[in-house]
Amino acid sequence: MNDVFQLSVIAGILTSAIRLATPYLYAAIGETFSQRSGVVNLGVDGIMLMGAYTSFFVVLTTGNIWFGLLAAIAAGLMMGLLMSLISVTLKAEQGISGIGLYMFGLGLSSLLFKTTIGTVKTVIGFQSIKIPVLGDIPVIGAIFFNHSLLVYGAFLLVPLAWWVLEKTTWGLKIKSVGQNPAAADSLGVNVDKVRYASVCIGSMLAGIAGASLSISLLNLFQENLTAGMGFIAVALVYFGNWKPQGILLGALLFSSVNAFQLWMQVLGVKIPSDVAIMLPYILTIAALAVAVRRVQQPAALNKPFERGES
Amino acid sequence: MPLLREGKVVHKNRLRLTGSFLNALMPLAGMLLALLIGAVMLLILKVNPLTAYGELISGALGSKSGITQTLVKATPLLLVGLGICIAFRASVINIGGEGQIILGAIAATWFPLTFNTWPGWLLVPTTLIVGFAAGAFWGFIPGILKARLKVNEILTTVMMNAIALQLMNLLVRSVLMDPAGITSGTFLAQSERLPEQAWLTRLVPQTLLNTGSLVAVGLAIVVYIFLWRTTLGYRIRAVGLNPDAARFSGINVQFNQALSLTLAGGFAGIAGAIEVMGVQHRLLEGITSGYGFSGIVAALFGGLHPLGTIPASILFGALLVGGDKMQRAVQVPNALIGAILGLVVLFVVGSALWSQRWAARRQMDAVKNQEELA
Repeated sequence: MNDVFQLSVIAGILTSAIRLATPYLYAAIGETFSQRSGVVNLGVDGIMLMGAYTSFFVVLTTGNIWFGLLAAIAAGLMMGLLMSLISVTLKAEQGISGIGLYMFGLGLSSLLFKTTIGTVKTVIGFQSIKIPVLGDIPVIGAIFFNHSLLVYGAFLLVPLAWWVLEKTTWGLKIKSVGQNPAAADSLGVNVDKVRYASVCIGSMLAGIAGASLSISLLNLFQENLTAGMGFIAVALVYFGNWKPQGILLGALLFSSVNAFQLWMQVLGVKIPSDVAIMLPYILTIAALAVAVRRVQQPAALNKPFERGES
Repeated sequence: MPLLREGKVVHKNRLRLTGSFLNALMPLAGMLLALLIGAVMLLILKVNPLTAYGELISGALGSKSGITQTLVKATPLLLVGLGICIAFRASVINIGGEGQIILGAIAATWFPLTFNTWPGWLLVPTTLIVGFAAGAFWGFIPGILKARLKVNEILTTVMMNAIALQLMNLLVRSVLMDPAGITSGTFLAQSERLPEQAWLTRLVPQTLLNTGSLVAVGLAIVVYIFLWRTTLGYRIRAVGLNPDAARFSGINVQFNQALSLTLAGGFAGIAGAIEVMGVQHRLLEGITSGYGFSGIVAALFGGLHPLGTIPASILFGALLVGGDKMQRAVQVPNALIGAILGLVVLFVVGSALWSQRWAARRQMDAVKNQEELA
């Protein structure tokens, strides 16, 4: 048990936590854009799977990681357009259409994987890049400054998303459409257009989240690779109170617990792995139950907008 | 309490009948569109869609084994779908079907293995009730969290799925693991076989079709009566139709939403129990086969009506069975069926719920007009 408290183990857990937070950050911050505009997109997991598959396939066939990343973004965009069409234009019940999108993404990515790849293969994806000077700091350098570009990107996305939402006109439009679409509409904001754009941005980020798994963290693809990570990402948006900084906290908390249980297994500490895997989920439910009292969700969340109504 | 006035109930029934033709047509159109897109995918995979769909139909309905397998798969879809009907009617979105099935399956494995001396006439119904209770418990947790703390049920039901899955994996590797597997050293992740008196009777020899299917159809009728012929059911529907109006007329919205989620969990739990008692005769990994999600498709397709969900479940059961047969015959992965199911959901909610909402709005207007006249 002494092993657990050694510095190297703690550093190992923290390094893993930073890496593991990456897909959650992309997906949850993407979902924040979508939800801030009033659209709950529950299909994140399906979009992540499509992003993971397309980027993996492109890297496998071309060997170019940037083409792979672009392919994931394109796949995310297509899924986002489909979701917008159903949820914004056709004003469908968003919770259910998201489940449809999830099932579609899961089915299509499995179908494509089985027909075009077939067996589990690996690719050479984004490699770790050590940041000069900072990366040489003992312990700290290894934890924070020796990751792949997609990991750095995820953490840079947090202040960027905050800036877009809080400091730009575009962010104001997104929030107004999610808070009071009728008022935004009367001021000349095109509600549907803003929602389309927000859902598509969210979906493209979900595509990148998938790519961060298949061509950076794991460098492989298999059926249902994400195993429900997209749903956790949606939960993190609620947990983080629809704010990028809150999501960062939630993602790090979740990934730390995960990294901790992975390391405990590596070190052979006797807790059944199934119990350990359950922990983050139980923690998330508990956190949601506690966090929910201070929650301010967008007023028009989950409500399709119809002109001349209300 | 204007909303509870008798006149409105009569009025609504009439409107529902006029709207039903459109509501029945929309899902079928959505289905056709999804199959059409599936055909395009098949063409891209260089498979003749007519051959593939032909294999699908003949695989599902062309033989005794196909038809009985279709009904076997339709049974959990129907049961999960019944729960979805209740939950969605109360505006509660239950995505926890998978976890609730697992809990029902665990309970229905543990109970007969423990009380293995009970006679069948007592053991079978008790085990079904225990399965219901276990699933209901798994639905009750998100229900009470929603009612008391306003925690979003979509998220909690998803988390509960993950927890249930790990719980099952843990149990089939520890306390519920088949002792035969331990002594022989295979350590298969599955439970001991249930005592024979806990098995559901097979309806057709040499097939898996069992009395569980009859239980499911019976429960569909019970749910229909519950939703449309009892006060409790009426309240659940009122909560879904207009929570504010329901609240003003003295209905406890939170209680009814938690109740609907609990009941939804219970029906999924029975589905798990029947999978164990009627089909597998033991608990093993992958027992849910994704029914928790495809049951949602069946319920939506059936117009969120318990009786409409019966033919919808058979249709999707056939699609699942046919998909497996198609995979063997023309080497198209049955994941295609998953993708098509997803598209069906998208198209059905894109159309049918939309038209239902219009119908609901027309109702409200009509009620308003009526009250102004009175």
